[in-house]
Amino acid sequence: MACLNSDGTLSPSGRALVAALATPSTPEDVARETGLPLYRVRAGLRELVAASLVTVEGDRYRAG
Amino acid sequence: METTSNATTGGTRLPRLNEPAPDFEATTTHGVIRLADYAGGWLVLFSHPADFTPVCTTEFLAFAAIYPELQRRHTELLGLSIDSVSSHIAWVRNIEEKTSVTIPFPIIADLDRAVATAYGMVMPGESTTETSRCVFVIDPIGRVRAMVYYPLTTGRNTEEIVRLVDALQMVDARQVATPANWRPGDKVIIPTPATVEVAAERMSEEYASRTEGFERVDWYLCKKSVEAV
Repeated sequence: MACLNSDGTLSPSGRALVAALATPSTPEDVARETGLPLYRVRAGLRELVAASLVTVEGDRYRAG
Repeated sequence: METTSNATTGGTRLPRLNEPAPDFEATTTHGVIRLADYAGGWLVLFSHPADFTPVCTTEFLAFAAIYPELQRRHTELLGLSIDSVSSHIAWVRNIEEKTSVTIPFPIIADLDRAVATAYGMVMPGESTTETSRCVFVIDPIGRVRAMVYYPLTTGRNTEEIVRLVDALQMVDARQVATPANWRPGDKVIIPTPATVEVAAERMSEEYASRTEGFERVDWYLCKKSVEAV
């Protein structure tokens, strides 16, 4: 798991993604804000959405 | 002479140039990654035979060295071997400990060989248990644009991979071709005329005068200068 630890807590990159999603953002926005490569942002957001920690509407993601 | 079926390995069709790259979802050292996660940018997918082996270690140091160059070209690296993710993690940590070089890109742990099979990375004539040294350059719309296969014994030239990416990006940006040993800043080849009319035009002084840096050997081999991509 890249964003979630086995105990369900967020990894460092997971925390960075969630922190960047206080306002609805595209993966490209998040990549710019966090400095993470776009592929890692896309993979991480998919994981966070599956864990119901992030919601997605259209192309924008938001924490919570 | 033994016979083998063309473009297949183990009954699986190999990727072909300018066709869609085989899709995948794979466990990597950076989590689960899909090919689609790289959409919009370039990807260099490469395999190595095994972790904790000498040639592969020199290659990983070389790939790490070109990673910043590739990132400047909107290109990511993704490694692969038939090893576990724990083995990959142990190896990259060992490389860092022994050489102070961080491996910044993910490595696929392809224990079920799903990706290796889809991309024809196992060459049974060489080894049935390891992937050969394969390189696939995949473009922003997911097409295979170049393939390179090296044997187990021979480490790759990573500067050539950067040069290859430069050449492919130039081809796409300017609709040209690149000559042997081309490097950014060199003249490029104007596509060969497809009609006698265009061939005649290519021989005219008017065409030469309006083409920056025009250089003509004959109607079928003409070069020009272009702006960098």
